[in-house]
Amino acid sequence: MNKVLLVIQREYLARVKKKSFLIATLLTPLIFPAIMAVFVWIAVEEKENQSLRVIEVVDETGLFFMESSEQYAFSSSGKSLEEAKALVTKEERYGVLYLPKMELSAPQGIQFYGLENPSTSLIGYLEGALKRKIEDQRLFAKGIDPNVLKEIRTEVKVQSLTLGEAGEEKITDSTVNYALGFLSGILIYLFIFIYGNQIMQGVIEEKSTRIVEILVSSLRPFQLMMGKIVGIGAVGLTQFLIWVLLISTLSTVVMGVLGMQMPQQQAMEMANPELMEASPAPGQLGEILQVIQGIDFVSLVAAFVFYFLGGYLLYGALFAAVGAAVDAPSDAQQFMFPITIPLLVGYMGLFVFVLQDPSSSTSFWLSIIPLTSPIAMMGRISYGVPFWELGLSMGLLVLGFLGTTWLAAKIYRIGILMHGTKPSYKVLWKWLRSSY
Amino acid sequence: MLEICQLNKAYGSHKALTDLDLVVPNGGIFGLLGPNGAGKTTLIRIINQIIEQDSGEVRMDGQRLSGESIRKIGYLPEERGLYKKMGVWDQLIYFSRIKGLTASEAKQRVHRWLEKFEITSWKNKKIEDLSKGMAQKIQFIATVIHEPRLLILDEPFSGFDPVNAALLKEEILELKKAGTTILLSTHRMESVELLCDQVAMIHKSKKILDGSIREIKSRFRPAEIRVSLDGLNQELPATWQVEAREEGRVDLLLPLNGQTSNALLQELMGYGQVISFQERFPSMEEIFIQQVNASTHE
Repeated sequence: MNKVLLVIQREYLARVKKKSFLIATLLTPLIFPAIMAVFVWIAVEEKENQSLRVIEVVDETGLFFMESSEQYAFSSSGKSLEEAKALVTKEERYGVLYLPKMELSAPQGIQFYGLENPSTSLIGYLEGALKRKIEDQRLFAKGIDPNVLKEIRTEVKVQSLTLGEAGEEKITDSTVNYALGFLSGILIYLFIFIYGNQIMQGVIEEKSTRIVEILVSSLRPFQLMMGKIVGIGAVGLTQFLIWVLLISTLSTVVMGVLGMQMPQQQAMEMANPELMEASPAPGQLGEILQVIQGIDFVSLVAAFVFYFLGGYLLYGALFAAVGAAVDAPSDAQQFMFPITIPLLVGYMGLFVFVLQDPSSSTSFWLSIIPLTSPIAMMGRISYGVPFWELGLSMGLLVLGFLGTTWLAAKIYRIGILMHGTKPSYKVLWKWLRSSY
Repeated sequence: MLEICQLNKAYGSHKALTDLDLVVPNGGIFGLLGPNGAGKTTLIRIINQIIEQDSGEVRMDGQRLSGESIRKIGYLPEERGLYKKMGVWDQLIYFSRIKGLTASEAKQRVHRWLEKFEITSWKNKKIEDLSKGMAQKIQFIATVIHEPRLLILDEPFSGFDPVNAALLKEEILELKKAGTTILLSTHRMESVELLCDQVAMIHKSKKILDGSIREIKSRFRPAEIRVSLDGLNQELPATWQVEAREEGRVDLLLPLNGQTSNALLQELMGYGQVISFQERFPSMEEIFIQQVNASTHE
């Protein structure tokens, strides 16, 4: 056991002491806001610099009057389609919107001509505007004033509350739950991939520099493998912890500078019932904060850490096995497939099934099967998961981790001593079955 | 030191070791000879507990190999390596710790070795910044830092430049003097003749010969005498094999053919001045080839 600690220590220090670790750890929390700022800046610039695009409308129905926007101006000078097209080729117009005579109940044949492929935003804009126009026309034809309809249109919002066993009510919000599931799922996915790759690189390094033979004469291959996996995992956790600290400090500072109230402070006020009474109409932000408050963060964080580590350990062992099987990183590609696929299934499943409907049976299975559960379960957890499901999923994840580790250890202990042969799946199967 | 009994190991259908028996006595240098692929590395890996035998037993000081044995063994594999990005000091400390030294023991010994090789100034250098020869020194220190009682060297001189090879030889002899048992494996048989006290020859997974060098050599004495004659005064018999001839001086290689050496000497004296008369010992390589031929004809 002592020797595993030595390996963990070495793996940890060798990485944490690197300059690249320091740079990545300190810069990453800054990079995301920076990238976002750059995008916002570019978008603003673009909007300001964009010249007005004039679109000729050829309207054979005589029913449409297109309103110009900041980006697009519409001119209806009664030209024929051919004349309008000529204007476009002479670059006097950006494009032509052709509205043939049509049945308003089933509009067809609307076309847009341009020199270049129009952006989806333009087409979307045109479609939206035409849809509104046609609907207005049809309402009018049925004797309803569109303005009346506009007036009648009402904003409805359903506040969802969950009832606890003792009948206590808790405000929930699927947007907040969605965001939490989304974030934690992606974090686990990235963590497994990034640090799993580091495990693989590390194993390949030891194998290709032949250090491994000296190492395994001093400790068991299993100790070496586990030491490496745990050591690198600890590096990841350290990095993650520093990020959380940095981001929360940064955002606190930024909010302080912007003169905003700190969210924690506001949340505290929310928690205070006297203050709640004093301000009976909490705003939108207040409500979200209340929702956030309603989430059981302790169990959420506990589950996150569990699935974070469980998923990492489960896949980490597989990454180690791949590293042991090959001589160089470039050979690793062929064996990455069985690792990448379940990870991707978990990742896609998170978006397609779990976050859409957390209690569907697909979501259930995705969050139970150990290969996908670390990612998928995080999507469900903030919505509330029955205790037995959580227990089953966690239990299976532990079993899955033991299983992959056992499997990987068999490949690992043979693979690290094999040089020069390019193993195939058949060879790996042989290694798995051999006692060596 | 080591007793190996009926050791068997197969990789699939390929037999790497067949019923191998071997006794490595305490102290001295034991040479494990054989061509590439004979099974030497497999045997060494089993002794190092890197792989497990299919059957048979290896005993060290009368006890079966266990986790305890690791500390007593130092191993320099044929293919060697160090962590390129790790500093000399950290690396040596790490290797001594995983061999079972305590932190303070490790520090003390690493310090002593660095001073011995006068390389204390490299302490914080990374391996990738060192020359190959320098790295080999570090590698050697890493192998012996825990003062093993059994030192296993697989092809120790391959990859060493002559200066470092001489240094290594010196260190090996010094360790031998200090009582370390050294097991040295190589396919270059001539390189160990002068170094080893005992040898075992392995060919195609089987031991074909073992014993002390002196004993083996006398056992395989081909009964040939190397002779130099000066002032030749008559024609030599046509059956005599002349190796070199130069201005009345000839070098001959003569079989005894059942004669005593004195009788041969007497006969030679009739042809001229005998200036050298020496029994020719076969090289280990010749013995090996002879033995391989003998065993395949069995």
